[in-house]
Amino acid sequence: MSADGRTTESRVTNSGSRIVLFGLAWRESRSTRRRLLLYMSSISLGVAALVAIDSFAGNITRSVREQSRALIGGDIVFSVRSGWTPATDSVLDEFAARGATITKQTSFASMAYAPRTNATRLAQVRAVGTAYPLYGRITTRPPGQWERLHDGRHVLLDPALMIGLDARVGDTISLGYQTFEIIGALDQVPGDPGIAGAMAPRLFMSDQHMAATRLLITGSRGEYDAYARLASGDPDAMVKSLDARLDSAQLRARTIRQQESNITEGITELSNFLGLVGIIALLLGGVGVASGVNAWVMRKIDTVAILRCLGATTRQVMTIYITQALVMGFLGAAIGAALGVLIQFLLPGVLNDVLPVDVAVRLEPRAIGMGMLLGLWIALAFALRPLIALRRVSPLQALRRTDDGSPARRWWRDPPRMIVNLLVALSVVGLSATRAEDLKEVFAFSSGIAGALMVLAASAAVLSLAARRALRTGWPYVVRQGVANLYRPGNQTRSVVLSLGFGAFLVSTLYLVQSNLLATFRQAEFNARGNLVFFDIQDDQVKGVDSVVAAQGREYAARVPIVTMRVAAINGRSVTDIMADTTRRESPWALRREYRSTYRSEVSETEKVLAGKWFGDQPTAPGGVPQVSMEKEVADAMGAELGDTITWNVQGLEVPTVVTSLREVNWQRFELNFFAVFEPAALERAPKTFAALVMAPDDSAVAALQRDIVRRYPNVASLDLSLVRRTVAEISNRATTAIRFLAIFSLAMAVPVLFSAVSATRRDRVREGVLLKTLGATRRQITRILFSEYALLGILGSLAGMVLSFGGAWLLLRYVFERPFEPAFLEAGAIAGLLLLLTVSIGLLAGRDVFRETPMAALRES
Amino acid sequence: MLVAQGLTKEFDSGSHHLTVLRDVSFSIPQGTFVAIVGPSGSGKTTLLGLLAGLDTPTRGRVLLDDADLTAMTEDERARLRGQKVGFVFQSFQLIPTLNALENVQVPLELRGDSGASRRATELLQRVGLGDRLDHLPTQLSGGEQQRVAIARAFSNRPAILFADEPTGNLDGATGGRIFELLEELNRESRTTIVLVTHDLTLARRAQRLIQLADGVVVEDTDGTGDGGRAAGESAGAHSVAGGNA
Repeated sequence: MSADGRTTESRVTNSGSRIVLFGLAWRESRSTRRRLLLYMSSISLGVAALVAIDSFAGNITRSVREQSRALIGGDIVFSVRSGWTPATDSVLDEFAARGATITKQTSFASMAYAPRTNATRLAQVRAVGTAYPLYGRITTRPPGQWERLHDGRHVLLDPALMIGLDARVGDTISLGYQTFEIIGALDQVPGDPGIAGAMAPRLFMSDQHMAATRLLITGSRGEYDAYARLASGDPDAMVKSLDARLDSAQLRARTIRQQESNITEGITELSNFLGLVGIIALLLGGVGVASGVNAWVMRKIDTVAILRCLGATTRQVMTIYITQALVMGFLGAAIGAALGVLIQFLLPGVLNDVLPVDVAVRLEPRAIGMGMLLGLWIALAFALRPLIALRRVSPLQALRRTDDGSPARRWWRDPPRMIVNLLVALSVVGLSATRAEDLKEVFAFSSGIAGALMVLAASAAVLSLAARRALRTGWPYVVRQGVANLYRPGNQTRSVVLSLGFGAFLVSTLYLVQSNLLATFRQAEFNARGNLVFFDIQDDQVKGVDSVVAAQGREYAARVPIVTMRVAAINGRSVTDIMADTTRRESPWALRREYRSTYRSEVSETEKVLAGKWFGDQPTAPGGVPQVSMEKEVADAMGAELGDTITWNVQGLEVPTVVTSLREVNWQRFELNFFAVFEPAALERAPKTFAALVMAPDDSAVAALQRDIVRRYPNVASLDLSLVRRTVAEISNRATTAIRFLAIFSLAMAVPVLFSAVSATRRDRVREGVLLKTLGATRRQITRILFSEYALLGILGSLAGMVLSFGGAWLLLRYVFERPFEPAFLEAGAIAGLLLLLTVSIGLLAGRDVFRETPMAALRES
Repeated sequence: MLVAQGLTKEFDSGSHHLTVLRDVSFSIPQGTFVAIVGPSGSGKTTLLGLLAGLDTPTRGRVLLDDADLTAMTEDERARLRGQKVGFVFQSFQLIPTLNALENVQVPLELRGDSGASRRATELLQRVGLGDRLDHLPTQLSGGEQQRVAIARAFSNRPAILFADEPTGNLDGATGGRIFELLEELNRESRTTIVLVTHDLTLARRAQRLIQLADGVVVEDTDGTGDGGRAAGESAGAHSVAGGNA
């Protein structure tokens, strides 16, 4: 042990010394490793949510890509509203000449009648060409029947339709004025989501027998599609090169790529919500990490002071503890990723029926990697905040414990602390940027978070001040002691209110957004005056239908005339001119579609006049330009405003109208609603059909009415809304389950966060409790002291979080989900109550530890 | 050689102004065993903190082998401690999560020395704990913990060792053995030892005794008569030992 030896002591290299330091970091973490892992694993649930959600989204995108050809039915789909014409056929021939295989499909709704069982059902009829389907395969039960479809007057039915008609293979059914033989049931049809069959069960037939049914007469809603399979070449380029001809033939072309984005857009709302869950989960995790690591740092001050005495530099100290945090953060993130993968396998089970594709669950390495990376980053950024306090631990603490080692300097005079704060702030901004659609959302989200934190910090300061001011010597000792804990040096008011309040804010915001989204589902449930709709009733069939309805003792809830028309011109500019203008803002959809309009003098229950005056008040004088009321959104899409002139092509006759009112329509009610409503004088003499809404008390009444009308008037279609209602309810139930599942998940996340937040100063409370116990305090007294403190902290934190969450949810619903906000006070109150309960329970757990430890152990430690 | 020049330490806590040390000066030659004594509140621990570079004085300087501790940054002082200074505390201050061997290794590892494990084992054998290497601090008695702390203090072959009431938490017999161990190590390694204690009996066994009261040196003299001298005398024969300048 000679002092001379030190000059000859060999020195290792710098990197070697770093490895030695990592070794020291590992050994030093020995008994606190599990505790640190517990704190860092607050991030696990966040990572789990992120990995699950992103993997799921990845699965969907991949499935859409893989199934898109089958989904759309071809590389290109053409559709035309009013049936095939020589002009459309010549365009299709042009594609065929370029090597495309083309097949047509005509679809329309019609009643199918089974004479053997005397049953009728609405069927979605698809009359297809021989080459259909171009992609994918249709399977049947019994197998092999698809190949026989074109061999005669054969039909294949969805099982739901078979059941509805009580029919079996070999039965005859009639469609319009023609009869067909059922040769089998459909098993798998590419391109339709599962619920399509339930909403409108399909019936396939050969298109050579279409005309014989006489079903597609004027005014009937038919859809005409043609599918193209390209031998080679890019579908988008081919469509682009024939754009002008497609336009003039009024043929709409969609390519696979457009279809893919349409499908993924269709689930935007779901993915928006899931994305929100992901961010919130991760932020909650960050808060948990910050408060947990803060508690852990408090325990490490003594060790750091010793290390400083033994010659450790700031850099060495920070290396040791950041290494520990990094390793544990990585473990936490990895646990989260594993959990996320597990959840990912559960999600499709809950959501499959509302999705347009069969989701094939597969591991998504990108989502897993990204989730772990983001998780580790957030964990580290939030852990650094408390960790940098270790920089300033004085070695003098080893001689004499003077204070809690928290940084004495103000943050603005401490550059590293400012840098870490900035890093945390930037991480939040960056995190929202990975999810948000545009900069505005990023800004709104980040400033919302910042605002919430400021309000919470202010509330904590007010609570401390109020506790100091309000404390009265007359209060019982236990209450005084508990309340005094709120403002005494080393109090936990700020940290607990911040993390608890922030946790409450995030969870409650998520819940409010969720319950508002669910409320829209519920609204979409049913509130109509009728449950059976008849449409395509011809002018000369009205009296007959009336008598059947009356004979069965039913009444119309509504019977409205329908006139089909197209837009010819807006303010004198023809649609062709507007479409030719490349700078147009009007949507082609609104300009080109076929409008099924009505006329009446009253406003219906399901609509509201937003602007202008309803023409019922001031009918147009004879000879003047007739008035029309437009639905607000379609008017916007057309580029038409109040006072503009819209000229309609009503089956060959041009009818000019002036827009005198704009309406908002509640489409979610199953009622007969219209984009354009004319004043009666304008359309009364136009060729029209009728739609009627009838209330039938039960399923058998519905069936009887359908059967009698269809037998007399095969062209009249009817739709049983109770079936639709059941299907919609089924879908919304599934969506509700999925969203609930996530909400419960996010509530569960609050637990580790709360635990971390409260345990930050738990050690101090235990030590203090043990001292009090040594001085003669009973368990009851100590419990009461802890209760008063934690109850006050819990009340303030959860209340402040709840109030803030109303603001947060309102902002999110208004700007991200574009929906009105209905505050759910009761539920938010329940969440706040639950969090309060949790806080108090975790606080009281500290009390249990007081009685578990012997006074000697605690006193020796201090 | 450790030199204190006009050390003054004042504390301001709000309206209170407290002078804990007032113009304390002395020099300690290499290899000396010095005891600083005084009643509670006399400023012993504050003085030790200043001498060891754990704290900075309000006025005055501390020179360790001609290096001015008061002019250094916190990290420079930490490095200097790692190279030249050892500590023994009243409450042992072992790192609770490390076993005996690892605790002794820490200063060497912080310096990046290789062979830390071998040297730490030797030191623990030297203090009589060769069979307790893998015991955690909680598995050791107070006297054993203090011996680990002493082994740790000597692990980096310090030029100077500061001991703050090293026997304060131990019974008389154990405390006596710890003191003997320190004396032996002082002789073997020629390490300067600065011991703070309020136990005058123990302090008198040191070569030199500095007595504090109310923040000033009231006496600075030989403890045992073994080579000590009164305040202000030259360091003499001890200053050349150790060779750590």
